[in-house]
Order: sequence, then C-alpha cells, then structure tokens
Amino acid sequence: MTTTTEKSVNPQAGKAGTPLLEVRDLHVEFRTRDGVAKAVNGVNYSVSAGETLAVLGESGSGKSVTAQAIMGILDSPPGFVTQGQINFQGRDLLKLSEKERRRIRGAKMAMIFQDALSSLNPVLTVGYQLGEMFRVHQGMSRKDAKAKAIELMDRVRIPAARERVNDYPHQFSGGMRQRIMIAMALALEPDLIIADEPTTALDVTVQAQVMDLLAELQREYHMGLILITHDLGVVADVADKIAVMYAGRIVETAPVHELYKQPAHPYTRGLLDSIPRLDQKGQELYAIKGLPPNLLRIPSGCAFNPRCPMAQDVCRTDIPVLHPVTDSRGSACHFWKETLDG
Amino acid sequence: MPELTKTPVETEVPETGALAAAEPVREKARSLWQDAWRDLRRNPVFIISGLLITFLVVIAIWPGLIASGDPGDCDLAHSLQGSAAGHPFGFDQQGCDVYTRTVFGARASITVGVLATLGSAVLGGVLGGLAGFFGGWWDTLLSRLADVFFGIPILLGGLVFLSLVGGSLWSVITFIVLLGWPQVARIARGAVVTVKQQDYVQAARALGAGSTRMMLRHVLPNAVAPVIVVSTIALGTYISLEATLSFLGVGLRPPTVSWGIDISSASSSFRNAPHMLLYPAGALSITVLAFILLGDAVRDALDPKLR
Amino acid sequence: MGRYVLRRLLQMIPVFIGTTLLIFLMVHALGDPIAARFGDKAPDPVVAAQIRAEFNLDKPLWLQYVLYFKGIFTGDFGTAFTGEPVIDLMARSWPVTLKLGLTAFVIEAVVGIALGLVSGLRRGRLTDTVAMAFTLIVISIPVFVLGFTLQYLLGVKWAVIRPTVSYGAPLNELILPGLVLASVSLAYVTRLTRTSVAENLRADYVRTAVAKGLPRRRVVTQHLLRNSLIPVVTFLGTDLGALMGGALVTETIFNIQGVGYNLMQGVRRQESATVVGFVTVLVIVYLVANLLVDLLYAVLDPRIRYA
Repeated sequence: MTTTTEKSVNPQAGKAGTPLLEVRDLHVEFRTRDGVAKAVNGVNYSVSAGETLAVLGESGSGKSVTAQAIMGILDSPPGFVTQGQINFQGRDLLKLSEKERRRIRGAKMAMIFQDALSSLNPVLTVGYQLGEMFRVHQGMSRKDAKAKAIELMDRVRIPAARERVNDYPHQFSGGMRQRIMIAMALALEPDLIIADEPTTALDVTVQAQVMDLLAELQREYHMGLILITHDLGVVADVADKIAVMYAGRIVETAPVHELYKQPAHPYTRGLLDSIPRLDQKGQELYAIKGLPPNLLRIPSGCAFNPRCPMAQDVCRTDIPVLHPVTDSRGSACHFWKETLDG
Repeated sequence: MPELTKTPVETEVPETGALAAAEPVREKARSLWQDAWRDLRRNPVFIISGLLITFLVVIAIWPGLIASGDPGDCDLAHSLQGSAAGHPFGFDQQGCDVYTRTVFGARASITVGVLATLGSAVLGGVLGGLAGFFGGWWDTLLSRLADVFFGIPILLGGLVFLSLVGGSLWSVITFIVLLGWPQVARIARGAVVTVKQQDYVQAARALGAGSTRMMLRHVLPNAVAPVIVVSTIALGTYISLEATLSFLGVGLRPPTVSWGIDISSASSSFRNAPHMLLYPAGALSITVLAFILLGDAVRDALDPKLR
Repeated sequence: MGRYVLRRLLQMIPVFIGTTLLIFLMVHALGDPIAARFGDKAPDPVVAAQIRAEFNLDKPLWLQYVLYFKGIFTGDFGTAFTGEPVIDLMARSWPVTLKLGLTAFVIEAVVGIALGLVSGLRRGRLTDTVAMAFTLIVISIPVFVLGFTLQYLLGVKWAVIRPTVSYGAPLNELILPGLVLASVSLAYVTRLTRTSVAENLRADYVRTAVAKGLPRRRVVTQHLLRNSLIPVVTFLGTDLGALMGGALVTETIFNIQGVGYNLMQGVRRQESATVVGFVTVLVIVYLVANLLVDLLYAVLDPRIRYA
C-alpha cells in the first residue's frame, strides 16, 4: 500500500453548474467481531438533475453501502463513515444534525429497495404507508393523505387504486409491490432517487415495465437517479453514465455507450465478456476467475490483482489511481491504455 | 446491510468448495458443532455455569465430600437455633443441621432435573421427529395429543397426578416427562419439517435415497441441535418445578431430602427463623440459575441466527 | 375473518374433549372418595351406597363422563361433600382468582413489553445487560421463594403492606401477590420482546421507514413495535392459563381464598366433584384465552387473516 488517496477525475468536468449530489473520497467501514471490514474506500461520484448514474458491481463491492451512507441509513454500529464528503444541493450531509438529515430523507432524496415484500411493512396497509409520507413531512390529515396515496397509486399505474388502497403488501404481486415502493419514493417529488437493484427480485417481463416506469417518471420530474445494479443489461437502456465498483473503490467511470464499446479496466472487460451474446453463440462464455475479495483482508495494491489476467508486479504493490482516459471517463488500472487498446 | 456483513464469511469458502458441496449435510453439521464448541469455550457464562454445575453434580453424587453429618441426624434441643460451631447454617425446626440438609438436597434436584430432561428429550424428540418426517394422520394425531397435554396447566396436572400416584422421585420424574415432551416434540417436528423442505434433502430424495438413510444422514443431524437447546433450557425449570411440587406437598416426601420440602417446612416459622428458608432457597435458586445460564450459552452457540 | 374464527372454534373441540377426558380419568383414579370422606372409620355400606347413587358413582365410568360432560353445559358441576353446590364455590372463588390473575397479567404485559423494548433497542448496552441479568435472576428464583421473601421483607420486616390478603381480596392488596405471580412470565415476556425487537430492528421494512424520513419515535411505535409484538402476544395468551394455575402457589403463600386454595382443599379431601369442576373451568379459561389470542394475532398480522 503506497497510496491511499486518489486523484479524482470529475466526470462532470465538461458540464456546467454544480451537480445535485457529489460524493467525495467517501470511506465506510464495518467494525465486526471478526475485524474491520473496509466496505467503501474512497469513492467519488456525482449526479446532476435529470441524470442517471448507474453504479455497477458484485455484492460486497460497496455500491449499496455508499447509497446507504448517502441516505444516512447505515446500520451504525457496526457501520461508520470514517472520511469524506457528501455534498447535496450545496450542503455536506455528513455535517448536518440527525434531525436535519431526517427532513431531507424521503422529501429531498428517496430510496427504492430491492425486495419490496420485505421492505414494506407487512402489518400496515399500503395506503397507510404511502400516506405516512404526507402526514409526517407535510402534517397532512389522515383523510387527505389517503387521497394522495390513491393518486400516487394511479400515477404508478396500479389498477383499481381506490379499491386497493386498504390492501396489505402481501396481497399484491411482485411487480405491483415494486410500483408501490416507487410511488412511495416519488411521493414528495424528491430531487434525487436512489434505486438499489429495483428489478432484481422481479420476473424478467415485469423488470422491463418497472424500469420503464422509473425512467419515465425520472424524466418527468427531472430527478437525479442513482441506479445500483449488478446487471449490465438493465444499465444500457436507461443510464447516462456508469461507475463500476470493486472492493469499495470505483475502478472505472464512463459514459454508458463508451464503456460498452471500449472498456478501460480489465474488470469491466471481464463483466462485459461474461454476458452471453447472440453473435457468439456456441462459444464458451467467459468467466472472471476467483472470488470477490474478503473485505477484512483486501489484497494489497490493486484489489483486483489476484483475479486479473493482466496483473504485473506493480499491481500487487501500488494502488492505481483513477487515470483520466478522456475528459469524461477514468480508469483505475495501471495498464488502462493496454486494456483500452484491447 | 446484511449483504455486506455476511460477505467476509461467505468469501472464506475454501478452494475445495466443490468437494464440500458433495457432502453438504455432514459438512454443515460438523461445522455447526465445531463452531458451537469454539464459541462455548470462549464464553465466560458457559465456563462459570459449567463449573458450578460440575460442582453440583459432584456433591449430588458424593455429598459426604463437603458435609460429614447425616441429614436425618436431628436433635430437637437445637430447634430453630442460629449458626453455631460446626453448624454454619444453624438448625431447623426439627433440630436438623441446615447445612447438611442443604448439601444433601442437591441430589434430589439434580436427579429429577437430569432424568426428566433426558426422558422428555428422548420421548419428545422421537415422537416429534417421526411426526414431522412421516406427516399425515400420525402427525395430526400427535399434534392434537400435544395440544391436549398443553391444555393442562402444569401445576394443576401435577397436583392431580401426584395425589393419584403418590409423590416419589420416580413419580415426579414421570410426571415431568409426561407434561414436558410436547414442548420438545413441537420443536423437533418443526425442525424436521424445515429440514425436509430444504433443497438438498429434496434432491437426495429425488436421487432415490431411502427413508432410513434420509433420516440418519440428512434430517437427524439438523434436528438434534434445537432439541438440545430447548432441553437444556428446560432443565432449570424442571428443577424449579420439582421444588414447587414438593413445596405444595405432592412432590417428593420425607425422608427424601429436598430443597422444596425444606422450604415448605421452613415457611411456617419463617418470621422467627429466616435462615431456615434462606439456605435451601438460595441453593435452589443458584442451581436453577446455573442450568438456565448453561441453556442460554448453548442456545447462543447452536443458534447462530440469534447472535 | 368469520371463517377463521369458525375454524379455530372447530379445532378447539377435540382438544377440549381430550383434555376434560384426561382430567376426568385422572381424578377418578384418585381413589375412593367415600373412603376418603369417612377417614379411618369403615363406612356404613348402606350410607355409602346411597352416596354413590347420589353422586352417580355407581354408574359405569363412561356414563359418568357423559353426565359430567352434560353438566358442563348446564352449569351443573355436582356438589361438594359439604353439600354446597360446586358452582357456588366457584362463584365465590373465581372472581378473586380472576382479579389476581388479571393484575398479574397487566403487570406482566406492561412491564415486560416496556422493559423488553428498551432492552432490544439498546442491545449490548448497559441498560440491556442489567435488564437481562435481572430477568435471569427472576427466572431462577422459584415463585414460592420469591413470594415468601417479598412477603417477609415488605409485610413483616418493613411492614409496608399487609402480609396476607384480607377476605374479598381488595385490589390494592393484590399488587404484591400479582407481582409475585407475574414474576417468571414477566421475565419471559421481557426476553421475548427483546429478541423480537432486536430481530425486527434489522428488518428491511424498518430500514424503509427510516429512509422515508420518519422520526425515530414513529419508526419504533408504528412500524417496529407492532411487528415485534406478534410473538409476544402468542406467549401472553398461552400464559393466561398458566397464571391461573400458578395462582395455586401464590394463593397458598398470601392466604387468598381463590381457585387455587379451593383446589388444594379439594385434592387433599379427594373431592372429585370439586377438583374436576375447578380444573374443567380452568381448562376452558385456558382454551378461550388461546382463542382470543389467535384472534388478536389475526388482527395484528394481516398475513394470517387473509391466508
């Protein structure tokens, strides 16, 4: 470990104005019985209004933890933000009081979770859970809140909203439940939505519908969207730019089509190569060898080096910084040029 | 957050993952017991309660080790006297040495506790396990039977049953087993049903594993842990139950030396001579506490979900 | 909902028949009530036959059971040997025991849930450790030991309260006996609530509630508590019956003339009518309590209601 701080390439550099959300050098660790797990190790990214950032990575890459740190819903203990800034609408969230952060949660930024069934309270009606947003944040009456809830359910195209407002989460189908989650996130028309694997738990046919709905509503309300996923297929259609995470760091960031065309990090390349493609039917599918790193013992140097086909000695000793590849993209690989060239 | 805190464990799967997968149950069972044992050895609660229980068991077997007298050796001349040289706990109403009686009382409590626990664990474990494994009418019958036994408040049942057969060590044990097994049976049944639905058991069945083999290889190892947990915890309450029944006058009878009997006879002259009640009551409480602590430690070790 | 209630009622029937049959057989095996009544004297055979006829003791056992079962529905529980109808005895003692039981129940539910909630929210902190140690000690001390000790300390030594409960059992005098009766269950409720709260605290829906920007108090009361209470309510229900049974000990200690007191008398005198009558009502109370709990359970958990 020769260097722990990274020079960041701001993918936003070309655009005008300050971004809606800017995460700077964020570090999060989990202090467990077995030791300290370094879940996030200096993440930088930003999202502007109306923009979609896809954060891609395996489980344990720190993509969800970063999101939870932004929302301020990290389980603490054992999770702690040890370093960094989260600038949202010009304020560093990490410097705010718990009360101020609470007012932002739900109202200015909202989150959609992966498993709607477990994320909705099983013993309360969906109408109550939707209406709660208005009652708590706007002091609305029970009756008005219910009317608003019906309106929201209509908005996310739940059929017969008026009849179903008093139903419980388990009475809805998976896709409908996720629509309710989306409705809840949209309730107060926030400026930023974080969607943590919003379609993973759904059937393939329903996935597309839910994703389309989310993208449509985002355009309509001109919100920033952070889409956390491990599914490259979901990303291609909706995202503007991508940040690929590995072992708590961003290893590559790029506009979506550039990354697909020409990855600049061996890990990204590995991910892309492991997608089955029609034009390569019959060929053996590529798989990244080895297992994701143990966060209690992250490999020295580049965390990806034990699994990397291009690893050299320098990869085992020096942590690569995020090299600017172009104005709008960066790669944290010592051999990004070689990777880019193929 | 669960996703992340779990990761370190998951990533520690050894390179021989493919080999281990061939023997999932054995691997799982073995590591469960090994983990539990490693956990217990590091748990101060387990060590303290374990030492205390060892001590109690030893004096239950050889009370003479720490008490030289005879619990039946009483002299009315000493009735209700406080502590004296050689008689640190004083004397009871009959003039018996309270210290000697307290030491000798351990035997009844430990015997009832251990035997009743073994009895209900075996009976409940076997009946519940079979009900869960075979299902059908056998399961229905057993569940209803368990409901009937559950429907009887335990002290009432004890009062009636023991008045009927007469109080003795064996009748008390029999009674506790009779009312204790349904609790174990429910746990065992639940565990077996859960294991049976696991994919790897379904797979083994699909591959043509016979009933006996399924039971021994796959179901049994996973159903044993919850039975042990619930039984260990029950042991303490069984000891307490024996004392309560003896206190009500339907449990053990003199000349058996029992803390429950001594507390009962002490209660009448409690206001003048509280020491008579204090020592057997203290010994009883500490014994129950030791077993409950042991049960807690074992549960924590065997049920990783609760950590 | 209506269908659910009906199904639960139907399920109760076999359990009720089984339990009453079991009690009936046990009590009738108790021994010859006539012999018990006459003590050492040999009874006059004519008088004995007369009594047998009067109490249906001359009929075959199955017929006696049918008559007894009919009696349950007509409120005819026979007469005690004193000549007093058992139903009158019940009318006198049940209000007392119900008052005691409900006092205990309220203490157990309110204090137990509050303590468990605080403990669960602060798991691993000092408050939690102290509360858990407290519950362990309470569980370990048998009820009758705790009862005598508190009675001695509060009633005799410091004379804060009356050591025994006066006739009619006014509510303020029932607080200490109620606390004693509730003690063990209180500890279990605390531990159960704590585990449940700690488990639900990690649930996804709680994370959602926090992400919605709800104040902590609302997250706890509206979202966490309601889900956490589901298993606690189940325990409280089954415990209602146990409390009535536990009243045996408490009523003996504090000299309360309730159900437990009369039952003890009945068992000692081998009065089958009294014992069977009281135990039957206890079992009914127990079953009804369980039914009510199941209904409350369905109210709390819509997943069951609509299953």
